[in-house]
Amino acid sequence: MKPRSAAMVYVIMILAFGLFIAASFVGGYEPGRRIGETFGVTMLDMLKLLPCAFVLIALFDVWVKRETVERHFGQGAGIRGYLWGMLLAGMTVGGMYVAFPVAYSLFRKGASLPVVFAYVGFAGVCRIPMTMFEASFMGGLYTAVRLGVAIPLVIVSSVILGRILQRRGYQVTE
Amino acid sequence: MTGLYIATAAAVIASLIASPVKTLRAVKMAAVRLAKVLPTFIVMMALFAVGITLIPQDVIHRMLGRESGAWGLPAAAAIGSITLMPGFIAFPLCGALLRQGVTHMVLAGFTTTLMMVGVLTYPLESRYFGAKVTIIRNVAALVIAMLVALVIGLVHGELTP
Repeated sequence: MKPRSAAMVYVIMILAFGLFIAASFVGGYEPGRRIGETFGVTMLDMLKLLPCAFVLIALFDVWVKRETVERHFGQGAGIRGYLWGMLLAGMTVGGMYVAFPVAYSLFRKGASLPVVFAYVGFAGVCRIPMTMFEASFMGGLYTAVRLGVAIPLVIVSSVILGRILQRRGYQVTE
Repeated sequence: MTGLYIATAAAVIASLIASPVKTLRAVKMAAVRLAKVLPTFIVMMALFAVGITLIPQDVIHRMLGRESGAWGLPAAAAIGSITLMPGFIAFPLCGALLRQGVTHMVLAGFTTTLMMVGVLTYPLESRYFGAKVTIIRNVAALVIAMLVALVIGLVHGELTP
């Protein structure tokens, strides 16, 4: 489906929904009225949060350049490799579909296997837009706990998996 | 919610001081992106409103709330592992479910597996990493996601023996 026709489908769905809610209020259809009220309250709640999340993500995009991170990648051994991996993962847009090819190119550029796996893990843990959305809607504590628990575990599991595979001469393929 | 406003305001002010031009570009970028996702977002919220109204409150509480016991988390993790959903849809949905009494722990089980475990992306991942490593990596990610969910439940006081 072309983006344009997809947008049309959404617009038609929204109009149909609006009509249904309006008719429910006019005709006194009780379930329809309750749906309308729930929709209104939740929508209002969400609209208070969404702009903040989008502004924060855009500010990050404007101030931090992906090319800078990519240029530095692979320079640092040890802990610095993981830090760059985390930063690069934070800037991965589009999710895992993008993360796997990037992981392959990191491997080809000479990043160690533990760092490659850590990057893939981080791509699921600390992508910046996702994290901003999460903190906006679920609260800062939720996000802090998730990052605090997941990041060390991703590093530990990547080091174990990476080292075992390194010893076996494992290669990331295309 | 106030924390979010303060953080956003602080970021915008700091950015304004550093470069008004860049800040304006960021705000424009944010507005364009927001306008783009808004239709999807409204449809999702409409579906949510229909679903949440038609399903009785106590059924939701029994299945995904505090009373769900040891059942809610694995169920949420299974759904999160299988589905593919962008974050800008998943988190608002979870925020709305949170207000309906679904626990942080269950929602964490869903969102963390959604982001870390990919059953549907298996064909792609195994092309790069091979079948064995892909399975090992996803199982490890699932374990990590479950631990994250349990700690989140613990911190939010939802984990009672």
